[in-house]
Order: sequence, then C-alpha cells, then structure tokens
Amino acid sequence: MIAIVKYNAGNITSVQNALERLGYSSIVTDDPKLIQQAEKVIFPGVGEASSAMQYLRAKGLDEIIKNLTQPVLGICLGQQLLCQFSEEGNTECLGIFETSVKKFEPKLKVPHMGWNTLETQNSELYNGISSEENFYFVHSYYAEVCADTSAVCNYIVPFSASMQKDNFYATQFHPEKSSTVGEQLLLNFLKL
Amino acid sequence: MLKKRIIPCLDIKDGRVVKGVQFLALKEAGNPVALASFYSKSGADELVFLDISATLEGRKTLVDLVKRLSKEINIPFTVGGGIQSVEDAQLLLQSGADKVSLNSAAVSHPKLITQIAEAFGSQSVVVAIDIKKVDNNWYVFVKGGTESTEILAIDWARKAEALGAGELLITSMNNDGAKDGFALDITRQICQAVSIPVIASGGAGSANDFIDLFTKTEVSAGLAASIFHFNEVSIPDLKTLLKTLNIPVR
Repeated sequence: MIAIVKYNAGNITSVQNALERLGYSSIVTDDPKLIQQAEKVIFPGVGEASSAMQYLRAKGLDEIIKNLTQPVLGICLGQQLLCQFSEEGNTECLGIFETSVKKFEPKLKVPHMGWNTLETQNSELYNGISSEENFYFVHSYYAEVCADTSAVCNYIVPFSASMQKDNFYATQFHPEKSSTVGEQLLLNFLKL
Repeated sequence: MLKKRIIPCLDIKDGRVVKGVQFLALKEAGNPVALASFYSKSGADELVFLDISATLEGRKTLVDLVKRLSKEINIPFTVGGGIQSVEDAQLLLQSGADKVSLNSAAVSHPKLITQIAEAFGSQSVVVAIDIKKVDNNWYVFVKGGTESTEILAIDWARKAEALGAGELLITSMNNDGAKDGFALDITRQICQAVSIPVIASGGAGSANDFIDLFTKTEVSAGLAASIFHFNEVSIPDLKTLLKTLNIPVR
C-alpha cells in the first residue's frame, strides 16, 4: 500500500492520479497508523512552509514522518519540509536533510516556473532517464546544495533539485507533472 | 537552463472544445481530453483551457472536465474563464487544475488575486490581461475585450504582481487573430516591469513569430490557439526550429 500524506497543501490529487496512471493504487491519509504501515510514503505539496509545519505538528505527523523507515518521497514543499529550516515564515522543519531553504533573489523571474534540466543525476531514481531530460519546476524557495543533494539545478543559484539520505528521497520538481520522464522517476521510486 | 514554454490554448464551452482541431478525426475534434493528450504527447509544455460557458450547467461540466483532465494529463494545466471568487478557484484547483487564470474579476475585485494567492500560493494564480493600443497607449480591456478601462497595461501588470499573481498572461487584442506576430514592444516593456514570468498571447501566425518573441523579449512562454489547432505550425517542428537557433526549448 502507498500512502500519500494528507495535509494543508495543494495538488495532492495530481500525485494520486499519476500513480493511478502507472497502475498503483494509493490512499491519501493523515492517519499516523496507515502512514506507518504503508510500504511507500509520498509527502507531496504546494503551499506555505510555516502553516504546513503547524498542521503536521498539530496532527503529530512531524514525529511520525521523521521516524519512517520505508522509502519516503518528498515532492516540492515536501522536499523543503524535510530540510532543517526554511526562510519561509522562519520555520523549523523536519531536519532529515542537513541544509536550509532560502528564497530566490529575483535576479531572474521568480517563481522559477517551467522545465529545466539537472546537472547531476546521482540517484537510482534517475535510472533510465537521460541527463538531457527536463523536469517541471514551480517554486520561489530552494534547498541549498549539501551532502544529501542527489541532483543540482542551476537557476539564479545552484540548488538541490533532488535529495537523498537513507530511506528519504525528495525532489524539488514535480514528477507528477513532468510528462513521461516524471512518470519514469515515480516508477523507479515505486520499485525501490 | 530554464526553457521557453510553448502553450496551446483550448476554448471550452459546455465541456467541449469550441473550435475543433482540424487534423484530428472529427469525432475526437471536440473532445478536450483527447486533444489535451495529443498536445501533451507532441511536446506542449503546458495547456490552457479557457471556458466560455455562460450557464451554471456549463460551469458544472467544466469541473467534471478538469477532473478527467487531471487523471489523463501528465503536464501542468491552467483553467480560466468566469472565475469570480475564491470558491470558484478552490473548486477548480481541488479538481486537479494546477493554476487558475483570472481576468475581468481581478480588475473589478483586485483583492481576489491576494485571497487566492494566500489560500493556494502565488504559483496557482495567473492574471490574464487583455490589452489594446489606443492613441499610442496600451490599455486594459475587460469582459472578453468588449469593455475598455482607463487602466494602463503596465500599471495593472505591476499591481497584479504586487497583489500576489504568480504569472501574467498578456493578450494583445490588436494582434489577436491577425496572425502577424506578437505585440513585441509592450510585451518587452511588461517583462521588464515585473519580476514574475510573463506569457505572451495574440498574433502567432508562423514559427518565425515565436522566434521574434523569444529573441526580442524576455518572455517566459508563448501561447497560441489556431495555428496549432489548424496544424499550420506543429509543436515538434516549431521546437526543432527553435533549437537550431539556440533558443532553449524542451
């Protein structure tokens, strides 16, 4: 069973629809037991960091997510919340990845919106995906590059396009909106 | 490198595509899901659906359509037309739209931009601005371009950004339908006036018009309808051409 963490963040339906297209059923839930029992957990989200963390703490999901041992995939805000700290609302986050989240300086258009390539692809999530491929991004905050970074994207500054540590995986881009390339990445995660 | 986006736009009425796409089998030509899937497979970077239904019944059909699109389509899509309230936006976003596009309602109730941005994030709010050049100045027009305002295009673009828009969709009424190229000067000025992404629309008649758009302005995306629907320019051919000129496309 695949659990998609339900919280006050947008566009969770798109992730569930993408899994369905790949032939995987999933449940969207904030029930700690169901999340702990799931074979895979997806932690998606588009939204604001401080209100998202507030919601997770109120539901006791912060401790649950941190202590998961099965493969976990954070997407977009999900990746940012897995870092230590976010400048968005000066928020203490879950602290899995040892880096912090900053706001882009508007030297180019912000949000970073659209399709971009990655400079390194150092994760099994990229199996079968050429380094020329593009992924869909939409964000105004970014996770700084650190030892957990598994792919770098360069927009205004080099930032973590994806991260990986132990059983925790995360992408800043939206695989569920990144056409067939994104579906391949999701499939690679589901087959871990 | 961030790519320039190519965005086909589909007009929807009562859940069907209004202007059928000429090169598809007739029975599929009015089906928005089939068309969306076709465009997404041919390399469209995003899709825009503009609902022109006037009735409540038509709006309900739109929500059902958005749900079906979200199940089938693996690229981002925007839904616009007739969004008057946070509730309207919420219904479309929760049904699977990635962004909603506001037009007249944002001009009459600018706070709507802020309310939707606060509830769902700026990235989900596109402010669509229909503009027309009158006596050497570009003004905002509303209600499908039928009503003039005294608001200058540049001023409204800046204000929409300040209110929380994540992106602007600029349509030049002078150029729309003329197939004589995009409105380059005003597009360039608006791109320089704001720090959010700008989509240009109105006037695409050939692949060269996209070359001009992407080399002479800082625009993030080009939107067109009929040249794609009537297969005057195919998206794969257009992208191949842009690539040979080192214009970054996917």
